[in-house]
Amino acid sequence: MSGTDQPLAIDVRGIRRVYNVKPKPVVALDGVDLQVEPGEFFGLLGPNGAGKTTLIKILTTLLLPSEGEARIFGFDVQRQTKQIRRIMNMVAGGEQSGYGILTVREQLWMFSQFYGLPSRDGWNRVDELIDAVGMQDQRTQRVSTLSTGQRQKMNFARGLLNDPWIFFLDEPTLGLDVSAARSVRELMLAWKAAVPGRTILLTTHYMAEADELCDRIAIVDHGRILALGTPDELKRRVQRESVFRIELDRLEGALGALRRLPGVVSATQAADADLSEGPSSRQTIEVNLALVDDAALGGVVGALAGLGARILALRKSEPSLEDVFVELVGRGFDEDKDADHDESHHGDNGRGHPGTSVGTHEAREREEEVVA
Amino acid sequence: MSILRTTPKRPSVSGRNPFVYRPTASPQAAAEWTRRQIAMTNLRTVVGRAYPRVTGLFREKSWVFFEILLPFLSTSAFVFVYRALQAPPQYIGFVVLGGAMTAFWLNVIWMMAQQLWWEKSQGNLELYFAAPMHIMAVLFGMAFGGFVMSSTRAAAVLIIATAVYGVTFSVDQWALLIGVFLLTLAALYGLGMLLASLFLMWGREAWHLTQLLVEPVYFVSGLNFPIARLGVLGSVAISILPLAVGLDAMRQLAFAGAAYPIGTPSPLVEAAILVVMVVVFLVLSRWALAVLERRARQEGRLSVRWQ
Repeated sequence: MSGTDQPLAIDVRGIRRVYNVKPKPVVALDGVDLQVEPGEFFGLLGPNGAGKTTLIKILTTLLLPSEGEARIFGFDVQRQTKQIRRIMNMVAGGEQSGYGILTVREQLWMFSQFYGLPSRDGWNRVDELIDAVGMQDQRTQRVSTLSTGQRQKMNFARGLLNDPWIFFLDEPTLGLDVSAARSVRELMLAWKAAVPGRTILLTTHYMAEADELCDRIAIVDHGRILALGTPDELKRRVQRESVFRIELDRLEGALGALRRLPGVVSATQAADADLSEGPSSRQTIEVNLALVDDAALGGVVGALAGLGARILALRKSEPSLEDVFVELVGRGFDEDKDADHDESHHGDNGRGHPGTSVGTHEAREREEEVVA
Repeated sequence: MSILRTTPKRPSVSGRNPFVYRPTASPQAAAEWTRRQIAMTNLRTVVGRAYPRVTGLFREKSWVFFEILLPFLSTSAFVFVYRALQAPPQYIGFVVLGGAMTAFWLNVIWMMAQQLWWEKSQGNLELYFAAPMHIMAVLFGMAFGGFVMSSTRAAAVLIIATAVYGVTFSVDQWALLIGVFLLTLAALYGLGMLLASLFLMWGREAWHLTQLLVEPVYFVSGLNFPIARLGVLGSVAISILPLAVGLDAMRQLAFAGAAYPIGTPSPLVEAAILVVMVVVFLVLSRWALAVLERRARQEGRLSVRWQ
């Protein structure tokens, strides 16, 4: 039970799933325990082959676990499939479902009938959702002629036809361009925000996506949950200091002064500092600053002002979730060449995800404040 | 900078929040359905799944060539053979009737039997199983859509061939003829539903098996000649193949005044055989689907992406 005596949205205990394939059985899930509260936006983050899709298939009643038990809002995924299917829906990345001969409107209506919407209500509901996902211009376009992004928006609308309480999204932005990926993410948030208690389980191997959307994240690999927590909690596992990069108009002895300040762990001039002459003949110096915590920043700013150095820009550097992953397993997302038994259809390796301007591995720099 | 914009989505044209359809108090309340809800969902699923097939009839004009003109040529070849052999005139009618019924058999063997396999490869199957309706409703929808589609084609072949070759029907028992026709279709599509489930369980092996069966079934069903001519083999076919028994009964009823080769049961008996077939095939297909779902969930076969 969750804290409010409501059953947990997802309650997974000791789930193990083995595929009996040749030449040897594959253990896709190896004793997974997971509890998700109603109303949570929960992310499963992991590389190809981690077991994310297997877990989603078990939770959506499409696959039986080899061992263990799982419940969705209290309903057993093995025995109470009908109840679960009435309150959930799912969308997968790269989904090609439906019939190309139908128009978008017809296709969605057809799926609405599978959820028992009266015919006229179905058409109205479809029109509403077409508007909501911004596909007014494609309303009467044949499904076979849709672009990947349009198709995924349509799939998303399909997933919302029955007003699910829990929405399973398996790599929903896979292969989408910047704009389409952003639209899909906005739709996820808008849908979830509309009714308290709605729950989303998102699997992804796009770190920035999980970071931005999820209340909590489980990092999975080789069928096991390696770490679980909020994005901030997970990132704090690998960074115990606050790291800033400060751009100054002059240095002149400030570095030494900064190092002596309380709360400053280190202060070094950035190796890649831009010392070139700018259009306004402005010379800038960048300093990497490691502090015990954010509170020490005030002293640094005051000291720099006292030294006559003007702060042109200030950025806080944060570790990425992949840094967390590397810390946990000692390799990056795309470094496991043998782990292709799961999500083998996913060609993307997680770098340069559409809709995000961030890379991986390198510490992500988020501009939090510009003082110049 | 966040990768998300924070602007809320605009409300729908109706002014309602498009992300809220029919609010329920709790997931538990939403999961409890009345019997009427369950029945209506299954009924609507039949209509919904039939929709693409019926719509396709009007959107893909190529079927006129592939499904009417080509079968018509095949039927015509037998007409000319019988004429060359100076066979009794009712034989022309037998062939035309067989040609019309070919449309249903082709639909059943290629579009029903293979359909679930195809749905699986398209990614539809897991969505069907993840939805709350009974999967039998999907099969009924496929069958109903196929029936509408094939009826149009069969009627076209029948009308064109009758007009071109001057076939004269002689029907005494219209009600029985129509009843036998409907029972034949029910049994045929019941067989198609069963094959669809078996196809999915056996994968491509079943596909090859069906390919292997197409021509033999054509032959033992007597599509182009009275099945009584096959002797014992014809009797066996009548006991297991809906097309064989249904076509034989329809020929007896549609050419009542003509001499009919002896050796097959009366239309009434054949109608009774069809009733049994309908029941058996539907029960078996329901059983096969249940087995299929259980095995597929155990073995991870509901999607191509087996993970």
